Amino acid sequence: MTAGTVAAPGRVAPGTAARGGRSLVGGRGGIWFVLPFLLVYAAFVLWPLVYGLSLSFFDTSLVRSESQFVGLANYARLFSDPEVWRTLGVTVLFTIGSTIPLVAVALVMALLVQTGVRGQWFWRFAYFAPFLLPVATVALIWQWLFSGDYGLLNGVLSGLGLPAVGWLTEPDIGLWSVVILTVWWTVGFNFLLYLAALQAIPAQLYEAAEIDGAGGWRRLFSITLPLLNRTTGLVVVLQVLASLKLFDQAYILYQANGGPGGSATPILQYVYETGFVDYRLGYASAISYMFFVLIILIALVQARLSRRSEL
Amino acid sequence: MTTAPDTANPATTPLLPRARRPRSDDGPADVRRYTPLARAGIITALLVVAVLWLAPLIWALLTSLKQEADTTTVPIEVIPDRGFTLQAYASVLADGNLVTWFVNSTVVALVVTVLTVALSAAAAYGFSRTRFRGRNALFALTIAGIMVPPQILIVPLYRQMLAMGLADTYAGIILPQLVLPAMVFILKKFFDGIPHELEEAARVDGAGSLRIFLQIVLPLSRSILAAVSIFVFIHAWNNFLWPFIITSDPGLMTLPVGLVQVQSAFGVRYAQVMASAILAGLPLIVVFMLFQRQIIRGVATTGLGGT
Repeated sequence: MTAGTVAAPGRVAPGTAARGGRSLVGGRGGIWFVLPFLLVYAAFVLWPLVYGLSLSFFDTSLVRSESQFVGLANYARLFSDPEVWRTLGVTVLFTIGSTIPLVAVALVMALLVQTGVRGQWFWRFAYFAPFLLPVATVALIWQWLFSGDYGLLNGVLSGLGLPAVGWLTEPDIGLWSVVILTVWWTVGFNFLLYLAALQAIPAQLYEAAEIDGAGGWRRLFSITLPLLNRTTGLVVVLQVLASLKLFDQAYILYQANGGPGGSATPILQYVYETGFVDYRLGYASAISYMFFVLIILIALVQARLSRRSEL
Repeated sequence: MTTAPDTANPATTPLLPRARRPRSDDGPADVRRYTPLARAGIITALLVVAVLWLAPLIWALLTSLKQEADTTTVPIEVIPDRGFTLQAYASVLADGNLVTWFVNSTVVALVVTVLTVALSAAAAYGFSRTRFRGRNALFALTIAGIMVPPQILIVPLYRQMLAMGLADTYAGIILPQLVLPAMVFILKKFFDGIPHELEEAARVDGAGSLRIFLQIVLPLSRSILAAVSIFVFIHAWNNFLWPFIITSDPGLMTLPVGLVQVQSAFGVRYAQVMASAILAGLPLIVVFMLFQRQIIRGVATTGLGGT
């Protein structure tokens, strides 16, 4: 749409300006609307982003006043730092291990609720309420549930005649306890996204299928699930990006000790410890940046994959 | 198949409908399409999941209502012989800090919500309905911000705040939380869809951009502004990492940060730890009980908006 097709100056066919092109409609002084946001954005996102990058080239430490330019030394060091790779591995394992149940359980919840069984308010409340709890509340509750001797989980297991599990003490299990906590806490968000997608499917499709004699399972696999493909793609992307940022719940659940044998120390916790416990700000910035680049790469790969699957 | 819109069927009524449907409509006609057996299966599954999801909360509540000695019995006592008590709540509240943290959280979350929504709405309006040099480039720059996880900024941001003298201040907690580029994107998308005719008429009458923004665009956008506000509020209320890093003074801590102190302070006094956890979680749960529809709609509309 160009201004050339417009008959009278200053008038545009309805709807054309909405596309953000070069419409003739549009107020003056727009920069003043955008400026306050941009200033805050520049001060608290863009500037720290640049500052962090520059920090990563110095051996800056909170405890010394002067710092030296060390070039790429911080980056060279992180590639040979086993703790970087180990904690990155924890983050990746958590991301894979949590994304699958967080998507699958959310989908099952939404499908069940969408059947329209009585008690909609209650189901939505039960499934979504944990998402509204602050992370510290969630971590404290689960610390108590996971507790070895007096915890509810082991109490139930012993009631069933099963041996107790070291939820918070066994290196092979520590991270999975964080996964369980996270699924319980945040699945409600994905559940809502699926519910919204399900409600957008036209009922006529189901009515037509029913006239053709399709049963409940048939309707599920031939109509509902194929139509949810796009939503699933989006939910997976959002979930992977969210899971990669694991820190809060693991940090609080294990009271900053990183879990049994360090098995639940995500890379962001390593950044935090390097920066705020060891005060090695330059090195912490370098790890942050490496992780940032990784996140961007994963996002790009996901975007490409989901575009391809839509074709 | 009928041609008239089937309003009795929830699948055809608009997504998360605006009007409150009568209670009798909770179980829609839709359900009759399942055989009694299938229906029983669905209800069983729903109940099992609900029990799994509510059990941790109920267990925390029960623990908080016990005497300390009754929390650590083997085997577990669901209902203690000595009955329940509010002792744990009394001691936690008498401690005082929890109330301070609650006030801090409320102030921080409200200020963050108001400022974020104001900044984002103004920017979205500027990007959507006005023209100026560099608009598209600046919008692209804003959108690129969606890709920056706040977690990777903690080190430089902390140093910057120290240098600005904002460590351990409300401003230090609040300022970095005001930038949510995804909200600008969502609002811009909504503003783009508002018909231009109203605006043009106002312009002909001599209204400036500011008046059009305040008197035409904002009132037409109440639903999306509510959705964005809800999202931002939940986000700010539960935010942990940044407030945790920037505050060391217990008098300035927000609830999620203060609660971590409780963990070490109360140690094995489980009833008190659970009472604190529940008190910290309760406000949003109560708000959710009262405004479930609005909150669900708000989260659902903003949830996928950033992508």
